[in-house]
Amino acid sequence: MSHEPGVTDLWTMVTIVGLACVTVIARCFFFISNRSWNLPHWAQRGLQYAPIAALAAVVLPEVVMTNGHLVATWADARLFGAAAGALGFYWKRDVLITIVVGMAVYLPLHIGLGW
Amino acid sequence: MFLRRALREHPDFAQGLRDTWPQVPGVAAWGLMTGVAMVKSGMSVVEALAMAMLVFAGSSQLAAIPLLVAGAPMWIILATGFCVNLRFVVFSLHLRPYLMHLPLWERLVHGYLTADMSYVLFTRRFPHPSADPAQRIAQEAYLAGNCGLNWFSWVIASVVGVALTNAIPTSWGLGFAGILCLVGILCSLASTRLRLVAASVAAVAAVLTYALPLKLNIIAAIAVAVLLCLSLEKLRPDNKKVAT
Repeated sequence: MSHEPGVTDLWTMVTIVGLACVTVIARCFFFISNRSWNLPHWAQRGLQYAPIAALAAVVLPEVVMTNGHLVATWADARLFGAAAGALGFYWKRDVLITIVVGMAVYLPLHIGLGW
Repeated sequence: MFLRRALREHPDFAQGLRDTWPQVPGVAAWGLMTGVAMVKSGMSVVEALAMAMLVFAGSSQLAAIPLLVAGAPMWIILATGFCVNLRFVVFSLHLRPYLMHLPLWERLVHGYLTADMSYVLFTRRFPHPSADPAQRIAQEAYLAGNCGLNWFSWVIASVVGVALTNAIPTSWGLGFAGILCLVGILCSLASTRLRLVAASVAAVAAVLTYALPLKLNIIAAIAVAVLLCLSLEKLRPDNKKVAT
């Protein structure tokens, strides 16, 4: 029963509500119950590394992969945009600068040259 | 949380807004493109708006869209959404001591609204949970400002994206601004050598295991990076002080 384009159906709406519940459960997972328990030491140490690891794991495939494969050419605007954005961050230590510098490199290459 | 005046008037509420402000263009561009992607892939306007406002999780939305449109079984879609969201389970472990003193429904609201950027900014400003009542109010106020602005920019941008679907070609790639936003936050977190190792290992592992189903490559990459860094920490005890 595939989805008819542009038509609202009940099944999809129920699934969307289900996804919203998934968001709540995932984001509240360890503080829904108020039973007291202690976090093991290794897990506390692991939290030092988990957030940056998660961001890196989300970001790199978005920059260097297309349809599940590594990009085969240097002519890809994302590579230069991301590199410029990172340099922008170390220049001003500011996330907004990262976006501005990155997009200033990305958009001309992507829209102008079709990279 | 936002309805309480005492929180909105607290100086840390404004600080939360100020710290979140630089992220707004990235979040907005990402929300805009997610809005466009939802309608372009065949979802109705009502469905797209409901998804933007209720689900409030860009990566799980983007992963669910093709499955929804293809009519995949509901449990597959929900399981996929949960796997993409697994990093939030890790975040919730970290946030527990900050929120546990609040009643259940307030914890649920805080948790629901705390997406990636809010979590990172919050734990950067408050590296340790506090038992002091004044400090707890400050943390709650900061989280309210930071999550509130993040939620509003996401929802407004998604709605604009849904409305403008036919005017903004997906080929412009404005969604890349969302990735750049994550790049900036990632750089700001790379404060120790071991965290840099964690980022590099996770990035490479996520690419190498990309073929895993349900976006499990993200989970695999986090696990490998964290385990490796914990082992390295044991070998180099001097790093413990630096990382805390």
